[in-house]
Amino acid sequence: MKMTGAQIVIETLLEQGTDTVFGYPGATVIDIYDKLESRKDQITHILAAHEQGATHAADGYARATGRPGVVIATSGPGATNLVTGLATAFLDSVPMVAITGNVSTGMIGRDAFQEVDTTGVTMPVTKHNFFVRDVADLAGTIREAFRIAGSGRPGPVLVDIPNDVQRDTCNFEPAPLMPLSKPEKADDDEIACAAEMIAECRRPFIYFGGGAVRAGCGEEILALADKIGAYIGCSMMGLSEIPSDSPRFLGMQGMHGHFASSVALAKSDLMIAVGVRFSDRATGKTDRYALNSKKIQLDCDCSEIGKNVSVDLGICCDIKDFLARLTQAVEAKELPEWDEKVASLRKREIHAYEEDEFLPREAVKAIGDIASPATRIVTDVGQHQMWTAQFYEFRQKHTWISSGGLGTMGFGLGAAIGASLATGERSVLVTGDGSFGMNLNELATAVTYNVPVTVVIFNNKVLGMVRQWQTLFYDKQYSSTTLSRKTDYVKLAEAFGARGYRADNIEEFREVLAKAYAGEGPAVIDLAIDPDAMVLPMLRPGGSFENLVTWKEAEEGND
Amino acid sequence: MTKDKIIIAVYVDNKFGVLSRVTAMFTRRGFNIDSLTVGETESPEYSRITITLSAGKTDKEQVVTQLRKLYNVKKVVVLSGEDCIKRELLLIKVKNSEENRPVILETANIFRAKVIDLGEEAISIEVTGDSQKIDGFIQNVRNYGIIEMCRTGIVALDRGSTSIWSYHED
Repeated sequence: MKMTGAQIVIETLLEQGTDTVFGYPGATVIDIYDKLESRKDQITHILAAHEQGATHAADGYARATGRPGVVIATSGPGATNLVTGLATAFLDSVPMVAITGNVSTGMIGRDAFQEVDTTGVTMPVTKHNFFVRDVADLAGTIREAFRIAGSGRPGPVLVDIPNDVQRDTCNFEPAPLMPLSKPEKADDDEIACAAEMIAECRRPFIYFGGGAVRAGCGEEILALADKIGAYIGCSMMGLSEIPSDSPRFLGMQGMHGHFASSVALAKSDLMIAVGVRFSDRATGKTDRYALNSKKIQLDCDCSEIGKNVSVDLGICCDIKDFLARLTQAVEAKELPEWDEKVASLRKREIHAYEEDEFLPREAVKAIGDIASPATRIVTDVGQHQMWTAQFYEFRQKHTWISSGGLGTMGFGLGAAIGASLATGERSVLVTGDGSFGMNLNELATAVTYNVPVTVVIFNNKVLGMVRQWQTLFYDKQYSSTTLSRKTDYVKLAEAFGARGYRADNIEEFREVLAKAYAGEGPAVIDLAIDPDAMVLPMLRPGGSFENLVTWKEAEEGND
Repeated sequence: MTKDKIIIAVYVDNKFGVLSRVTAMFTRRGFNIDSLTVGETESPEYSRITITLSAGKTDKEQVVTQLRKLYNVKKVVVLSGEDCIKRELLLIKVKNSEENRPVILETANIFRAKVIDLGEEAISIEVTGDSQKIDGFIQNVRNYGIIEMCRTGIVALDRGSTSIWSYHED
């Protein structure tokens, strides 16, 4: 059937099963929007307040469902506004397809109005991008974009379509979905090698991350750990893949990881790393990282093997399949000495956290009490993010949505909107007054579409994470981290058309949280937090896990 | 860590913008390219890029695996130093004078170089060979005065009847 390029865009999106797109119209995508309107019974377009918010929403949609998020933007500033969202998705391996318009092919390269080299600008922050010069290539390119975005290690793909290509016509043939390419299964001898290393170890530890989430191999990790007596930790990106109360799970690794998890990994003699890239925020200084352990690394991306930490056995493979076969192949182990050691570490951790009443922890627990197991917990970036990561008890997969690799302040509100729209359920955004200020315009989007999002602002009136570093390592010189703002968040929420609440302590917070949860649409809670509250324990910059900043030290004001 | 000089042959789609994707990966990951050549191959849909660089073991693995992740990259092979044929082309313009001409021509002869243009003030010479030979030639004519020169960087093929496609990637 003869179709215009703009129609082909919509038809191929439908072919891919797209039900929701996020975006913002402009001169060079008018044609696409025109055709989108005539298919609005099949594709819902969510008009964001800003293209960055639209990308974060597409990202949140993808993280909540595993399906690629789709975002549409116009040329020039529309396209450059996507950059932070694309980079966020790229660093966290989130499948996304971005469609941008550009000036007509005859105007390309002449610095036309709202022209930018979109594929050039986005090349380093996408898995791949395309510039479509001929309408005959358009359908194939969009199909390929979806295939690339979802295959292997997922990531964002951008398709840039000049305006005249959207208006040109060609024949369109519907096509069946292209199968995603999958990582290869490991050889038997690789499994045998890993099994041999497991047979020899006395203190095994499984460390998993975002790659395990994408592979959906939480059950396999738990089964392997049970059989070989291993303890489990995860990177921030791995949270929610296994239930937080799993008996062998010690919690998050890294700069603000759980004490027992970090120390147990440092003491282990065998690390099985599953879908992690050994980010510096997770390892500290690599030359002092996990020195006592032999290392097995599993990843679907071959370039991750040995990239940041050298390993004894690196296997680039389908990790879910590998873990299942490995569990079959190994002999069951009992390791009472290791159990004892870990039990004593756990005792010290519980003791450290139960001192005094700590409002950030109580608030996160209160959210857990009211939220359903399926509630998507979304965060921005900073102290509130780490507290949520540390204290929230995850019960179901894909319920943790947070910007890990890029650490994008302003990610949260868009992502929470995307997650709520994807699941049809209320999601909770835990944010800070700094992060919320970056993209709070998306409150308008949440109100317009009546999106059930509960926003909890941990309002300490400072940029808390940087301030914490200034307290500990910069002689308390609080350079540009004290926000002398007079923003009234209750009024602000109401001005946008949302409900606003305020709480100064945990009792008030529980009360307003229940109200926020009971009503319809978006609600904002302004929760007052002590500006000096810290995220602990903390790995010193460039330090090792043997030498964490603990609660006691921080209280005494010692570095 | 000890660094070796390595030669990497990369088959890429012969398409608009592919070279910049390949070089961008080197820039982004901080690998320094010594030389890079690119040209057509036996099949019109692919170009062959030959890259030489100095790298330790980890960097070498990173370069190869990161290249393989690029969508337009179809094949990446590290050519082993001894078993491959390496050639580079030099075009060089040396100052001509009555007293120096015989010795310049004699040098060209020894290196089996070709004189392409002979003028009153300059002799233009073409030299083909591996990089050491080219370096040697430049060293020998330097004293007579080099007006201008350019070299292509290395192109390389493995010896024998195999092709890049017959390598197993691992």
